[in-house]
Amino acid sequence: MASLRDIKTRINSTQKTKQITKAMHMVSASKLSKAEEFAKAFDPYSDKIKEVVNSIAGSGQDAEHPMLQTREVKKTAYFVITADRGLAGAFNSGILREVYRTIQEKHQSKDEYAVIAVGRMGRDFFRKRDIPVLKEITGLSDQPNFADIKDLTSETVQLFIDEEIDELVIFYNHFVSAISQKVTSKKLLPLTDLQEESSGTKSAYEYEPNQQEILDVLLPQYAESLIFGALLDSKASEHASRMTAMKSATDNADELIDDLSLQYNRARQAAITQEITEIVGGAAALE
Amino acid sequence: MNTLTVSVVTPDGPVLEDSFEMVSCKAESGELGILPGHIPLVAPLSISAVRLKGESPQRIAVSGGFLEVRPDKVTILAQSAERPDDIDIERARAAKERAERRLQAKQDEIDFRRAELALKRALNRIDVVENR
Repeated sequence: MASLRDIKTRINSTQKTKQITKAMHMVSASKLSKAEEFAKAFDPYSDKIKEVVNSIAGSGQDAEHPMLQTREVKKTAYFVITADRGLAGAFNSGILREVYRTIQEKHQSKDEYAVIAVGRMGRDFFRKRDIPVLKEITGLSDQPNFADIKDLTSETVQLFIDEEIDELVIFYNHFVSAISQKVTSKKLLPLTDLQEESSGTKSAYEYEPNQQEILDVLLPQYAESLIFGALLDSKASEHASRMTAMKSATDNADELIDDLSLQYNRARQAAITQEITEIVGGAAALE
Repeated sequence: MNTLTVSVVTPDGPVLEDSFEMVSCKAESGELGILPGHIPLVAPLSISAVRLKGESPQRIAVSGGFLEVRPDKVTILAQSAERPDDIDIERARAAKERAERRLQAKQDEIDFRRAELALKRALNRIDVVENR
């Protein structure tokens, strides 16, 4: 049995770990609520741009644009959003496992794919496995502004326009609720899922100067907004996931401390009993 | 007096939502003035100031923007949009100088184009603040 002092030391160290995880839990909780606010602030923009894109794409068959067309896929880019730090449960590992599996399944040679990595965890993962990383961004703030990510998104969309990549698939953690996040993959480019809604409320727009030129400006912006939306979603998931992980770490620490305290008390009691037995034994020997 | 509801939204959240009598702005194809009852229209905006006229006139610096017009509502979707009070003038001036230096130096096409856009954005911000 461990000595009294050993147990005491373990209790103390567990207590300290618990303090840290508890603090991280609370920090993540407040960051989560902020991240949710940010995601909400982005909604009007994304809704509106989607509406305009859909109405233009749905208005006539003559609207053609390279970004809308599926071409033969010679190179696929994976846009992978991870966190910069760990300690967030399965947040990073879940997504990286999914991406890695997809790549293994779909591609034979290295020329067929590349990765665009957001977040240090993802970047390091792919580098270690010798997977080509086209672009990367790390050290994003917890509440990213559109300006922080703009360069990356516009460069990514440009890669597609320049036909360096023929397909863009995005992997991120979708925020379902504070306790559940789901690894999601979406094909972002070419834009194929524009619904041609035929509802009567759709307004027929005049285009100034013309439809083609509007598409030239609007579609890249739309794609960028999709990426930004996924990033905000992923940030919310990250905080939620870290919050849950830290919560369960705190709970585990509590449980461990309980067990150890019980052990400590038993050991102390055993020591006392032994002392008494020794004294009684000693007194009996004298008689 | 008829009014239009104008809302300006960016990826970082709504910037403004209010009624005005007229919106005048610079589209890629030229100046546009929108009055209430305009037919539905979509037009890309150049990096410029959007002028909102009404009881409390406003100027807003937009870049990478779009204008969507409905008879009673104008929505401006922009990658960035700022009111004069929100603009960091020192930062804009610094950005202007930086962009000018880059334009002086001989560089490849893409960098040149970028510097040009950065310069436009900076000049636009400075202009909005100074002529508020």
